[in-house]
Amino acid sequence: MPDDTMTTSRKASALAAFKDMPREPGVPKPDPILVVDKVVRRFGGLTAVDVDHVEIQRGSITALIGPNGAGKTTFFNQLTGFDTADAGAWTFNGRAMNGVPAHKVARNGMVRTFQLTKALSRLTVLENMRLGAQKQKGESFWRAMIPAFWRGQEDEITERAEELLVRFKLDAKREDFAGSLSGGQRKLLEMARALMVEPELVMLDEPMAGVNPALTQSLLGHVKDLREQGMTVLFVEHDMDMVRDISDWVIVMAQGTVIAEGPPSTIMSDERVIDAYLGAHHDAPLSDTELESQLHEAEAALEAEIEEETQK
Amino acid sequence: MDWLTIITTTVHAAIGWESVVYGLAAIGVNIHFGYTGLLNFGQAAFMAVAGYGLAVAVTVMNLPFWMGIVIGLAAAAILALLLGIPTLQLRADYLAIVTIAAAEIVRLVFRSVYFKDIFGGSDGRRGFTGDFYAMNPFPPGHYGIGPFGFDERVIWFLAVGWSVVLLSCLVVYLLMKSPWGRVLKAIREDEDAVRALGKNVFSYKMQSLMLGGIIGCLAGFFYGLYNGAVQPDIFGTEMTFFAYTIVILGGAARVFGPVVGAMIFWVLFVFVGNTLAELVRNGFIPFMTTTQVGPIRYALVGLGFILLLVIRPQGIFGDKREIAINAR
Repeated sequence: MPDDTMTTSRKASALAAFKDMPREPGVPKPDPILVVDKVVRRFGGLTAVDVDHVEIQRGSITALIGPNGAGKTTFFNQLTGFDTADAGAWTFNGRAMNGVPAHKVARNGMVRTFQLTKALSRLTVLENMRLGAQKQKGESFWRAMIPAFWRGQEDEITERAEELLVRFKLDAKREDFAGSLSGGQRKLLEMARALMVEPELVMLDEPMAGVNPALTQSLLGHVKDLREQGMTVLFVEHDMDMVRDISDWVIVMAQGTVIAEGPPSTIMSDERVIDAYLGAHHDAPLSDTELESQLHEAEAALEAEIEEETQK
Repeated sequence: MDWLTIITTTVHAAIGWESVVYGLAAIGVNIHFGYTGLLNFGQAAFMAVAGYGLAVAVTVMNLPFWMGIVIGLAAAAILALLLGIPTLQLRADYLAIVTIAAAEIVRLVFRSVYFKDIFGGSDGRRGFTGDFYAMNPFPPGHYGIGPFGFDERVIWFLAVGWSVVLLSCLVVYLLMKSPWGRVLKAIREDEDAVRALGKNVFSYKMQSLMLGGIIGCLAGFFYGLYNGAVQPDIFGTEMTFFAYTIVILGGAARVFGPVVGAMIFWVLFVFVGNTLAELVRNGFIPFMTTTQVGPIRYALVGLGFILLLVIRPQGIFGDKREIAINAR
């Protein structure tokens, strides 16, 4: 665990970067790791994603929120190469990433997890972890047959995997099949496995979905930990308590577009966000004259009804 | 009742040419299906192109035996590429559809009248095994113990055959405990997760398809070498599904699963068939004729496999914990 001064400094520097930043969608950040421009994804007649411009600040925890069907996961899929955008461009660390296949996106240091956890069930927890390591010599066909080529590297990978498992409190499960873990443990394993890739940007798709409350705190701690270790985190989440607790900046999507950005403390009181979640003018007060005329209408209707009844 | 014949033929089946041929075909299927999760229903095609590659090279093109082997191996590798490039990017079931269709296309091309001059039509090709048996170091005689044993021709075939089977098992063992095999097994579980971890899934699936296809094609060589001929209808879909049965019987994703599965498969097949034939011949089963034994033994062997899988759903070598996870 990093000491407190470190924690505060990382968080403080992230917050300082966002201080006094305008709340407009697509606002430029001082040091963006990911810059997205005009990404469009259509499914037939439906435009699922139409993001004009978004920047993700390096070294921060950014939340991506929005009502159901806002296109958050689809947006994730475009950025990570799991789906092909119809138009648009984005750069990661200044390198163009549109059209790059998913595995190369990951190799470049942009690693994602999935909303529905993808534990590799019939592999042990430790094998799941080892798989995440990059540039493995033993993963080439010819060298794989001669253990001498990869044994040393495998030991290093195992050591790193075990350190991570201890951190994520999964070390007791190392020899169990990943399929035997609980839902929350699978989320932990997936996050730990993503860290084996040694990413710069970690993209978490609903990390809290289906996790029991006892594990939530530990998962939150791990996400915060990622920032302390110098990684950037972008995550999709529905749980507003979690968003308020750990994020430095919030991007709000609705109907495929980014409608607002802002700090977590005030974003939920932003009118555009409330409109997106609850519908426009849902709680706009009626004016006095409107109220009066409505009352008169109701009265007249009642009187007419009474008259009708008595005349029978 | 001629028990001696029943027992000797059964023992011979366990270590005989059938176990070599079907064992190799099943080792290939095990790499595809057991380790990588690829549904290749065209294993017979890999055997066919190899068997015909050797036969045509030797008989039609008058090339030496070793050139025939090289051509057969190359044909299998090319077939894997042709099948894999369009389908491995798609969902798993597409590979199943394409491979089963491709296997039938290959068989029908080999038996077509149009290519009769090259492939010999439905008669196939024969007369290409001379060089192989000329290399036989065993002097003529009987090799074995008592009633069990083979002549010098068969013992040479089996020596080479089982060496190749064991070598294939060694390759599978080395590969599957390496990081390369780990990627394959991970693809079987969830290929999107593997992609998200920076592995080129398409490339690994292609390597798996090639390796399994090439090991499977060795079965085609050995079929031709033992029988002295290749015929198109031998390489039907039945061949592929026997290989699948063997893999599941032995336990998928186990190194020796396909080999032991093939032995059990043929022991059951020969034992049930011969016992039944003897019983009918000696009048113990009056309502059956000897010609009915063939179909009935398929039914009985099928019943045996069902029982075996009810008792051991994971196969002979399988791990019960894996089945439990699958059931979720």
